[in-house]
Amino acid sequence: MAKAEAASRAAPAPKPKIIKEELIRFYREMLLIRRFEEKAGQLYGMGLIGGFCHLYIGQEAVVVGMQSAIGEGDQVITAYRDHGHMLACGMDPAGVMAELTGRSGGYSRGKGGSMHMFSREKNFFGGHGIVGAQVPLGTGLAFANKYRGNDRVCLTYFGDGAANQGQVYESFNMAELWKLPVVYVIENNQYAMGTSVSRSSAETHLHKRGSSFNIPGEEVDGMDVMAVKAAGEKAVKWCREGKGPFILEMKTYRYRGHSMSDPAKYRTREEVDQVREKHDPIDHVRQVLLDAKMTSEDELKEIDKELRAVVSHAAEFAQTSPEPDVAELWTDIVH
Amino acid sequence: MPTEILMPALSPTMEEGKLAKWHVKEGDKVSSGDIIAEIETDKATMEVEAVDEGVISKLLIAEGTEGVKVNVPIALLQAEGEATSAPKATNGGSAPKAAPPAATVAPAVTMASVAPAPVAVTADDPDVPAGTPMVTITVREALREAMAEEMRRDPNVFLMGEEVGQYQGAYKISQGLLDEFGPKRVIDTPITEQGFAGLGVGAAFAGLRPIVEFMTWNFAMQAIDQIINSAGKTAYMSGGQMSCPIVFRGPNGAASRVGAQHSQNYASWYAHVPGLRVVAPYFAADAKGLLKAAIRDPNPVIFLENEIAYGRSFDVPKMDDFVLPIGKARVVREGSDVTLVSYSVTMGMVLQAADILAKDGISAEIIDLRSLRPLDTATVVASVKKTNRIVIVEEGWPICGISSEVAMQVTEQAFDYLDAPPARVTGKDVPMPYAANLEKLALPTVDEVVVAAKSVLYRS
Repeated sequence: MAKAEAASRAAPAPKPKIIKEELIRFYREMLLIRRFEEKAGQLYGMGLIGGFCHLYIGQEAVVVGMQSAIGEGDQVITAYRDHGHMLACGMDPAGVMAELTGRSGGYSRGKGGSMHMFSREKNFFGGHGIVGAQVPLGTGLAFANKYRGNDRVCLTYFGDGAANQGQVYESFNMAELWKLPVVYVIENNQYAMGTSVSRSSAETHLHKRGSSFNIPGEEVDGMDVMAVKAAGEKAVKWCREGKGPFILEMKTYRYRGHSMSDPAKYRTREEVDQVREKHDPIDHVRQVLLDAKMTSEDELKEIDKELRAVVSHAAEFAQTSPEPDVAELWTDIVH
Repeated sequence: MPTEILMPALSPTMEEGKLAKWHVKEGDKVSSGDIIAEIETDKATMEVEAVDEGVISKLLIAEGTEGVKVNVPIALLQAEGEATSAPKATNGGSAPKAAPPAATVAPAVTMASVAPAPVAVTADDPDVPAGTPMVTITVREALREAMAEEMRRDPNVFLMGEEVGQYQGAYKISQGLLDEFGPKRVIDTPITEQGFAGLGVGAAFAGLRPIVEFMTWNFAMQAIDQIINSAGKTAYMSGGQMSCPIVFRGPNGAASRVGAQHSQNYASWYAHVPGLRVVAPYFAADAKGLLKAAIRDPNPVIFLENEIAYGRSFDVPKMDDFVLPIGKARVVREGSDVTLVSYSVTMGMVLQAADILAKDGISAEIIDLRSLRPLDTATVVASVKKTNRIVIVEEGWPICGISSEVAMQVTEQAFDYLDAPPARVTGKDVPMPYAANLEKLALPTVDEVVVAAKSVLYRS
């Protein structure tokens, strides 16, 4: 059976080891995203951010865990729920926030917005607004790695909604056919806008979607940053060894609506609260750290305070940075 | 009654070919399905099978003959024991399905049958140094040379698409490239336009320089989101941080008798989009010089070729590195009474129309736009200021077409110089019909160009 073969080609992930410095780093990175997104939500409510704004709250463990599994020169590409990915890649929160407010200090000098930011320096390739379109693009980044004969890997993120786009499967086919070093990270947050996975997908186990291409896939607890890291390391190693693509289905959850304008009537308040209370990725790390007596409440509070200051500064910058010069309307159309 | 075996067409646009080899001789008995001959064009080679049984009574065309016209009798087939009498015609091959069924049916008259008027193509091109020696090659060869030269020059350039490698190109543009550059750089893709277009864009984001071949532009509609949203807009959306140096190329527009889904001109679709460059050459020199420029360009370039023009031969400057600027039209022939503007395959018609007009004492100035974005309106406007009249000719539909845009630009920039409203000759506003007579009606014609030119001169 192809499915069984594909799944068994990859050995089970080793049990994650708990290292204090790493856990603290994860805590810090996830909390930065959480605080950043809360602030973005506030600025949106104040009318300072326009258009679409898709918050990442609840899904933080996915990007933080995956980022810890890659190294210098590896690429990242995702769709429009992208603020967390940018922060995880090390992009400046002030530059990201200023892009959200459409100011000249933003990563795209105000011309891209929430969904369209890039950093060549940090190997972050966007930020793409059309559901699924980033999947062939990420496959192309991986193609370039193979063409150049380096051992770089591209993390290509997409959601459970995009998993039903045809171009995803066109990409799977070429990636396996040509053994391209790409990890497809499916962020299954259970809802494609308002449509649950079970209402949209004939096969709801999305990690099996590569089986007819012989691409191994695994389901991962996307609320557990250590599990994400372990799975990520295994998938990245697979790619670096020239074995072709790997699929990781991250079971995760977004606490907020699809975008700021989504009242989220398609699920109950209880469902959201249940995840928040029992499966929050940040609380999970916090509890592990406290239980192991690796840190104190005070130390964690100090981190939070620090991050709130970073985010406040970003928000301040995003409001004081001037709007782009009107001449910017006509620049960067072509090189 | 002997049956005439006719020269078959290998493709909808084939007009003539080489009778490369006879596999039978006079007096041989053949059965249906026997291979009797081999024919070749610059695009393909195919075996001709007998479709009936009998005895080959006469070979009418010698082996090795070049330029054998489609539907010309090449041999006579006689039923066994049959007395010789007036031949009836049958088509030789079972494989070449596109040929008309019998000699009594005249070959479809399409633009393919419109031979381009002889014209000194590059002598007056300001981008070619005076005295540069010329070499005559086909548009197909020019495109191939452009790709090969750029691939030799830059290891980041690679070609991908359906059948570009082992098959040597559906239209033989990439013939020989796999042999020279190997499968790493000449990549056969699955039939997956959106996928490989997007993959190419991603590779371009990473700094490679892909040439993505669409077997025809009709199939690129599967990929148009990647072309416009991913390739065309990312430079702007990133504040100039990202670039996408990619060429999308392939044949555009009507071929011949392939129906509505395979006969469409996409020029105005892509020319509409800021962030793209759009090139649509007709002459071989422009095909070569502009494709080389497109490959070097840091932006996504839509390179619109034309299947009917692939086999046409023109002079190309013999230069080590012949690159033309994108965004410059060319005055192909100077004139004083009316400006005829066109691009791509309809340039051939415009040249013919100008010859006819000349016999009536009308001096037409001919402009080949070559690039559609950026559109060189300055050259067109300067010409209109001289001639005071303009006819724009294109194969695409009239509504929101390139001709609409040129007419608008001229109206805006040279209104006071116009002695007549701009006129245009375009494809008709209908999906392309299959029937030969209707297809002919749907496409622009030389006559229509002549009539339009006279109408803006108020002559009949």
